Amino acid sequence: MSHLKRSLGIGLWFMFLTLPLMVVRVNTVSREVEWRWSNLVWVGICAFAIAWFWQFSIERRAAQRAKVAAEPHPEKDRPSLAQRLADDPVLSRRVLLAAALIALIFPWAVSTTQNFYHVNVMVSALIFVVLGLGLNITVGLAGLLDLGYIAFFAVGAYTYALLAKGFGLGFWMCLPLGGVMGMLFGVVLGFPILRLRGDYLAIVTLGFGSITKIVLENWDTVFGGAAGIAGIPRPDFFGLPLDGREKSIYTYYIVLALVAVTIFVTNRLKNSRVGRAWMALREDEIACVAMGVDMARTKLSAYALGAFWAGLAGVIFAAHNNFINPDSFTFMDSAMVLAMVVLGGMGSILGVIIASLALKLLPEYLRAFAEYRMLVFGAVMVLMMIFRPQGLINNMRRKYEYDTADVESNDGGK
Amino acid sequence: MDFQYLFELLCGGVVKGSIYALIALGYTMVYGIIQLINFAHGEIYMIGAFVAFIVAGVLTLTGYSGLGILPLAALIAVIYAAAYGYTLEKIAYRPLRNAPRLSPLISAIGASIFLMNYVQLVQTPDFLPFPELVPDFEFLGDLTQFMSSVDVVILAVTTVTMIALTVLIKYTRIGKAMRATQQDMVMARLVGVNVDRVISATFIIGSVLAAIGGVLIASRTGQINSAIGFMAGIKAFTAAVLGGIGNIPGAVLGGLVLGVAETFGAGYISSAYEDVFAFGLLVLILILRPAGLLGKAVKQKV
Repeated sequence: MSHLKRSLGIGLWFMFLTLPLMVVRVNTVSREVEWRWSNLVWVGICAFAIAWFWQFSIERRAAQRAKVAAEPHPEKDRPSLAQRLADDPVLSRRVLLAAALIALIFPWAVSTTQNFYHVNVMVSALIFVVLGLGLNITVGLAGLLDLGYIAFFAVGAYTYALLAKGFGLGFWMCLPLGGVMGMLFGVVLGFPILRLRGDYLAIVTLGFGSITKIVLENWDTVFGGAAGIAGIPRPDFFGLPLDGREKSIYTYYIVLALVAVTIFVTNRLKNSRVGRAWMALREDEIACVAMGVDMARTKLSAYALGAFWAGLAGVIFAAHNNFINPDSFTFMDSAMVLAMVVLGGMGSILGVIIASLALKLLPEYLRAFAEYRMLVFGAVMVLMMIFRPQGLINNMRRKYEYDTADVESNDGGK
Repeated sequence: MDFQYLFELLCGGVVKGSIYALIALGYTMVYGIIQLINFAHGEIYMIGAFVAFIVAGVLTLTGYSGLGILPLAALIAVIYAAAYGYTLEKIAYRPLRNAPRLSPLISAIGASIFLMNYVQLVQTPDFLPFPELVPDFEFLGDLTQFMSSVDVVILAVTTVTMIALTVLIKYTRIGKAMRATQQDMVMARLVGVNVDRVISATFIIGSVLAAIGGVLIASRTGQINSAIGFMAGIKAFTAAVLGGIGNIPGAVLGGLVLGVAETFGAGYISSAYEDVFAFGLLVLILILRPAGLLGKAVKQKV
């Protein structure tokens, strides 16, 4: 009953809260006021229902925690699906093989010579998978919150556009150059902000991201200003002439290969010396430095590697779209890549891939939903932090496990 | 050296800076107490401006006119901004009070994106003309070449607001509780301060200041849009960091320095790069003096 009362109160509160913004719309051109009272009813009903559900979830979470805390020797958590998949080598190999096969056949199966829309959509989605995996290194593994990540993507894209248009360099020449340029920028920007932590770092990277966009917009003699650069050549296939569909499929395979390489590299990095240093840095900077980890080198390498992948993805983005302008590199894009990493589970490769594909593909296919996309992103980011901060798929780490009961009884026997 | 131009820029910079300072105070107070960058603070400012726009619009179009509109619109805007700030804290930040530091920050970014798009969807993504609510003051005379009457209102209101805030923090019960919470949350709780209420009050005060800033700047620039909160928020945060985050006089100083620096940069070098000067200043300050102009460097204990 108290739940009902509270939910009712919350419903009324939200009706009050949304009253001016949702109901009244002032049209300054025709000088009319539009009253939309029906919105208010909807807000009331939705807020009531959500409040009810919210209280229920909070209560359940608290009960769960109390239960875990009450048990002296908690049972081991039931392993998640991803955990079980990874633990079973035969099954995981099969799943991986199936995924690879589907990915390889996909472009031929869904496209015809006239209609290759799905392939193009998938290419954009995969570019964001690479971006997500790259940011995963910086944010997920090393814990350096980067809100201007899209700037490195822009560096890669503009590197290719300028080199290809100005000097006639080919795609394959520019691909590594774009990555290296991204990396250079990462190091250059990384140096001054080595000393900053958490929040300060976030705001400075955000500043760098915005500066990059402003420079791209205003320096029109080099970067083409707000109009951007058009007519960027697509990747060439040993000089063979390709039609539109084949070009798209070719680009698809290039990104797919890049995704595979990224997964491989991040996976290897995770358990390497530098990967462990990143994670140690993420957990506790002071303790990490005290253990003899070179803070400057570790942070810079995380920055540079994250930027490297963004640069590579940028080159492919420019080549795929034929056209780039500063509007593709806004803060909202940075926030979206960050949302992919956060929603997928920081540090978890599979999670980031799933989240990137979902965030990029869902709005594309649910057009009605596209308008509300950013609204939902925002809400999901908040809700995810409250109810499932570890993300869709928990990042698995190698752990040395021992039985606490044994240790305690040994101590007691002394 | 053209002194008239210089003085014009200086006045413009101070007016702009005092608005930054108003918004920066909200950041700094919240940061001082719960060490959180309230990313959605800029959106609260935007919502304040929007509510004022709606109230003023409805009043003008239904035939009311006169001097009463601005105070009334500002009052309702302040009430709504306070309500939004309070609700925001309850939903997006309170459940994360003891979470790792990145979690509330990401939640704040999410809340900011949500609020921006909420206003964009239920109102409009286009720029709206904000009505001119401040009458021309006759007594300004020759001063108008440096300062419009809106600027005078802005300076007067910000000065009064800042004095009121100082009094509130120095002499009232809630102000004392806020300072205690800022120094040590656990200890404050032990001596009987209701920390949750103090945090709510901080958010409400910060939102009120932001809404005042929003209404003032909207009547100066003459237009609003659902995206204005983002830039203003970043600038105000820059101002807060500039002065030393968590430090209230620092936020005011930081706002003024930022406003003047930006206007001078735009006036003497290039107006297209106005935002670059602000960010450049931020980066420079953080590299040279990470604690800010008035902040004290805190040694971290292990």
